[in-house]
Amino acid sequence: MIIVFGILAVTTKKIFHAAVYLLFTLINVAALYFCLNYEFLAAVQIVVYVGGIVVLILFSLFLTHRVSDDMLTPPWYRMVFAMLLCVFGFGFAFFLVIVHNFPEVTNTPIEISVHYIGRQMLNYGSGGYVLPFEVVSILLLAALIGSIAIAFKTKKNV
Amino acid sequence: MSEIPMTYVLFVSFALFFIGAYGFLTRRNMITMLMAVELMLNAVNINFVAFNKYLFPEKGDGVFFTIFIITIAAAEAAVAIAIIINIYRKFKSIDSEDADTLKW
Repeated sequence: MIIVFGILAVTTKKIFHAAVYLLFTLINVAALYFCLNYEFLAAVQIVVYVGGIVVLILFSLFLTHRVSDDMLTPPWYRMVFAMLLCVFGFGFAFFLVIVHNFPEVTNTPIEISVHYIGRQMLNYGSGGYVLPFEVVSILLLAALIGSIAIAFKTKKNV
Repeated sequence: MSEIPMTYVLFVSFALFFIGAYGFLTRRNMITMLMAVELMLNAVNINFVAFNKYLFPEKGDGVFFTIFIITIAAAEAAVAIAIIINIYRKFKSIDSEDADTLKW
């Protein structure tokens, strides 16, 4: 399902359809996280990607396009070269995965609960993630201010 | 549900990554290029989660990296869309071949 919708998302001609196929791909990725027993990650995936990024993309589509327009098909040489590159890259990478035999894991798995994630995220001891947490929060703030600044400047010029 | 072999999950993530790469190389519309980048980031996330699940189940590092990647992807999408709308106002097009002011 993920692969089918992903292929549709990059090959469909209508740009609005591409956005909807991207939505289905992201929901399927969230379902995969559910199957791997990472419920919190699936929830984050749905909230941030499906609720945030896809809506943002759809808004920018409506602001910049007439949605019924077809996109231009790319020239054939570009399609062929990109296809060759991707098929060979995929074959090579997956061949490496098949050849390499992963070690058997004997450690007892832990439960990745929301409690555990919160404790580790603010833990400043060994194995803690408080520094990347702070850095990411600064980055989010910078991105927020940056996008406001970009949008604001054009409004003044136009 | 944990009987899914690791190779299957890796197959999905690799396929998604190269689908994203194909879309990035063929499309010349900036929004669809952004969507292709999102697909590739998702593939990387699946990879992190799969390795965490099957090789290091006693730690949670892959989950944290996935959360950070999702955060950064959200920030990146916001900034990219601000830039795209700005370019659209300037060039009346979001084709990446049309934004050639810096080209000599």
